[in-house]
Amino acid sequence: MTAPAIRREWHRFTPAERLARFAVYLFTVAAVVWAARYVEIIPEFLADAPAQTVDLFTRMWPFDWAHYWTGVHGALIETFHIATLGTLLAIALAVPVALMAARNITRSKVLNLFATFLLVASRSVNSLIWALLFVAIFGPGALAGVMAIGFRSIGFVGKLLAEAIEEAQPGPIEALTATGAPFGSVLNKGYWPQVEPSFWSIVLFRWDINIRESAVLGLVGAGGIGVALDAALANLYWDQVGLILAVIFAVVVVTEIVTSGIRSRII
Amino acid sequence: MSAVAGPFGIAGPDDGPALLLRNLSKSYTAGKPVLRGITLAIEGRGITAIIGPSGTGKSTLIRCINRLVTPTSGEIIFRGQSLDSLSGSALRKARRRIGMVHQEYNLVERLTVMENLLCGRLGYVPVWRAWLRRFPDQDIDRAFELLDAVGLADYAHRRADQLSGGQRQRVGIARALMQGPELLLADEPTSSLDPKTSVEIVELMARLAGDRGIPVVINIHNVELARRFASRIIGMAQGEIVFDGPPDALQDQHLARIYGGESWLE
Repeated sequence: MTAPAIRREWHRFTPAERLARFAVYLFTVAAVVWAARYVEIIPEFLADAPAQTVDLFTRMWPFDWAHYWTGVHGALIETFHIATLGTLLAIALAVPVALMAARNITRSKVLNLFATFLLVASRSVNSLIWALLFVAIFGPGALAGVMAIGFRSIGFVGKLLAEAIEEAQPGPIEALTATGAPFGSVLNKGYWPQVEPSFWSIVLFRWDINIRESAVLGLVGAGGIGVALDAALANLYWDQVGLILAVIFAVVVVTEIVTSGIRSRII
Repeated sequence: MSAVAGPFGIAGPDDGPALLLRNLSKSYTAGKPVLRGITLAIEGRGITAIIGPSGTGKSTLIRCINRLVTPTSGEIIFRGQSLDSLSGSALRKARRRIGMVHQEYNLVERLTVMENLLCGRLGYVPVWRAWLRRFPDQDIDRAFELLDAVGLADYAHRRADQLSGGQRQRVGIARALMQGPELLLADEPTSSLDPKTSVEIVELMARLAGDRGIPVVINIHNVELARRFASRIIGMAQGEIVFDGPPDALQDQHLARIYGGESWLE
């Protein structure tokens, strides 16, 4: 004997929600169609693309290995230097800004906002744009690259460091304050041990990113392996371009392995 | 019995109270006082236990004494010095004469036991010396002595986060005594510990403070522990003192007044 069947209906969405979802789909399709028309894809070039790709690779291979020692190695080392010095510069500049941005250290809304503004300003400008600015100021070369990497990294390092500082447990801080410790010692013995793992993790991560970013800075004249890449591209020496791209790829993989290895040991 | 002399055991004047609170009030939000006009004199030795339900202002009271909380009104007079309006380095100098043992131990987890003890000296050691870990030899000797005294002689190089709750609180007590305090405050020092360890911790604190002639003010939930170790019990309810007397005088009627209701006493 079953209960009398009163059919109960179930719908995941109300009619209004269904209409809204349909509107979103319609809008997405319309946007794609409109954008595709606006981009003005040239059919001949599109049809040609696979052949051109194959052609590019055949011109790159075999690499011009001899070029490594004459034109790439020095630039690669310079890239490492730019990334490392830039990261150190960023740390030196980001630590005070992070302390100013952390609300548990600087108890002034105005200063917090000012520090946050500096961090956002640093991050909102791309490394290449920073590099263009510094090339204009210092002239082409590695110095402009170091400054560009440094200024772009302040925002990243400072923001994450400020967050790590704000996450510090208040208990030990209170305990040190209660012993009559001066602010410098509270910072050094209370905050620093709690922030230290995050600090090294942030710095290593940023150094890893900076290796990659400094590889392209040469395109605007700010030193490093990008200069070699730019020259090879301009001269249409595709076998050199292929070599340089492969070297950059290898370096990125190696730094990734090294930094993740160190990070896992710190934490 | 006279107090221990020397650079760390500082004997207070036996005349007059070590600590005097006069009409102390605190409101975190205006119109809702947590403490209502507390007047209290703490003598130069012995354990004073403050009991009372949660949220009754015990913790606020003890934090007012070393000014982790700034009272709204009233006076705090510690060995003849007024603390209620101090700030900056004068406040830090006053704080280093008052040791504090915390509810959640409040050790710096990633530092070793030895470094946590030396943190008790931060009020005396210049920032640059602490930064370079160049603490005076007498501080280090003192730390080893205190590690022996709290039964952690072999733990100097352990990180604080490797210790059990009871061991951490022993480190907390040793850190407070590193200051060479003239008053020891303890804010619910046993509430995170099991019953046996709780007894051991209060016993240790009573013994070490007694040996050094340091008066202790302790917030404690456990009435039996308070009766067993304190020479004086203060009962608080709704921000006011409703009982003040020796442990023997504390009767069920007082407990009913302090905690409210009576059925739990049967």
